[in-house]
Amino acid sequence: MIDRRRFIATGASGLLLSGCDRLNNSPEFRGVLRSAEKLTMASQRLISPRDALAREYSEADLSPIFRSNGTRVPGTPEYTQHAAEQFANWWLQVDGLVARPLSIPLATLRTLPHKTQITRHDCVEGWSAIGKWHGVQLWRILEHAGLSTRAKYIVFHCADRFGDKPYYESIDLVDALHPQTLIAWGLNGHFLPIPNGAPLRLRVERQLGYKQAKYIQRIEAVDSLAGIQGGKGGYWEDNVDYEWYAGI
Amino acid sequence: MDDEPVIDEPIEEVPPPPPPRRIAYRHRLPTRLWHWLNAITVFVMLMSGMMIFNAHPHLYWGQYGANFDHPWLSFHGRPMPGWATIPSTYNLAAARRWHLAFAWLLTVPLLLFLITSVLNRHAHRDLAPTRDEVKPSHIWHDIQEHARLRFPTGDAALRYNVLQKLSYVGVIFALLPLMVLTGLAMSPAMDAAWPWLLDLFGGRQSARSIHFICAALLLGFILVHLTMVLLAGPINEIGSMITGRFSVPPERSGDG
Repeated sequence: MIDRRRFIATGASGLLLSGCDRLNNSPEFRGVLRSAEKLTMASQRLISPRDALAREYSEADLSPIFRSNGTRVPGTPEYTQHAAEQFANWWLQVDGLVARPLSIPLATLRTLPHKTQITRHDCVEGWSAIGKWHGVQLWRILEHAGLSTRAKYIVFHCADRFGDKPYYESIDLVDALHPQTLIAWGLNGHFLPIPNGAPLRLRVERQLGYKQAKYIQRIEAVDSLAGIQGGKGGYWEDNVDYEWYAGI
Repeated sequence: MDDEPVIDEPIEEVPPPPPPRRIAYRHRLPTRLWHWLNAITVFVMLMSGMMIFNAHPHLYWGQYGANFDHPWLSFHGRPMPGWATIPSTYNLAAARRWHLAFAWLLTVPLLLFLITSVLNRHAHRDLAPTRDEVKPSHIWHDIQEHARLRFPTGDAALRYNVLQKLSYVGVIFALLPLMVLTGLAMSPAMDAAWPWLLDLFGGRQSARSIHFICAALLLGFILVHLTMVLLAGPINEIGSMITGRFSVPPERSGDG
């Protein structure tokens, strides 16, 4: 009797689960689930003032150790060479839909007016770490380059690779022009450590960790994400179906 | 099509046999729809939530918390078994898609229920315990009756007893709103839009911990709820939540 009950219970939960897994593998159902991302983004944007600031913390709130995630050391020969030279020959390219494409040496970038902010980094996995970031506000760089009115997205091309695929990320102009969005070169009073994205990384404080592209070499302004890599606006978006809008 | 006028023929009335039990209309249609929507939604939220928990099965108090910090609850590996998660194998991206889509199905109807049940006084009439019911002696009596599996009969069976009222009010007005608010407090964009969320819960990691605790309480409620349905007569109870009609258990004789 008990065996039969257990059999039925296991069977029922098995059916339920295989049903969920089947739904999960159905492109139509995933499409329905995916539409929630647009609803969430539209709703969050609706209730957020354009320049609503992420909370800034005090020195007392800093995580004792700021953990890293994703790529900890980009192993490419080019990057290894850069790291050996302490990034003396690292340049930041700014191109795409801009009036004046730029090529900024790292040393020059570090002398530009910078902003320091103590903010919380929220990983998609659930953990959070608070760090003090130093960097140039992205809007200053884009203004200097003369961002075209046709530009809708800013794409960040990175030096790290997952297998044969380069890491990249993208944000729209609401986040790109936000006052807390930085091209950061420092963490907690020092130049960025390699696990945290040396020498340049993105801080886009109203989104999750995987949007905070590290090892940035090139910033590209585009009007569509369709032609870039997998077309979904980022490495994780292309390869494992993470949301492009990572505000939640 | 025949368009003949309908003639009222006198139909011989056969008196129906007296019903063995009184049938009462107990649950209105919106309540029933909401109940079954939640039955699906809450299970999807719990199961996809458990998959998400597997990505970082450590809980902290405060603003921050990661591997080098001190968790108050920590598991090795991936503690939630595949039969309890959506999807059944590790997939953070898919679990988030499910969780963040069904969150809408949980939140919007919940908000509508909270507002309408207060406005049409359903909350006050049927859910809020009366002053007499919250007396310790009354609650203690109800606990004893439950422990003896003596459930209310007659008219009393049409009203919720105080333990039901307290658990339903607790789930609808406290636990579910807390799930939603702590969920929102984990969103970096929401924290920028509504910074009070962080102050309300004492930080994002505290909110995440409370989210988990509320989920466990909700699971506890579901287990007790299902047990009570089975003990109280599953066919009548489930049937009344489908059709709205509840067959009233006849008054016990000699009931003090």
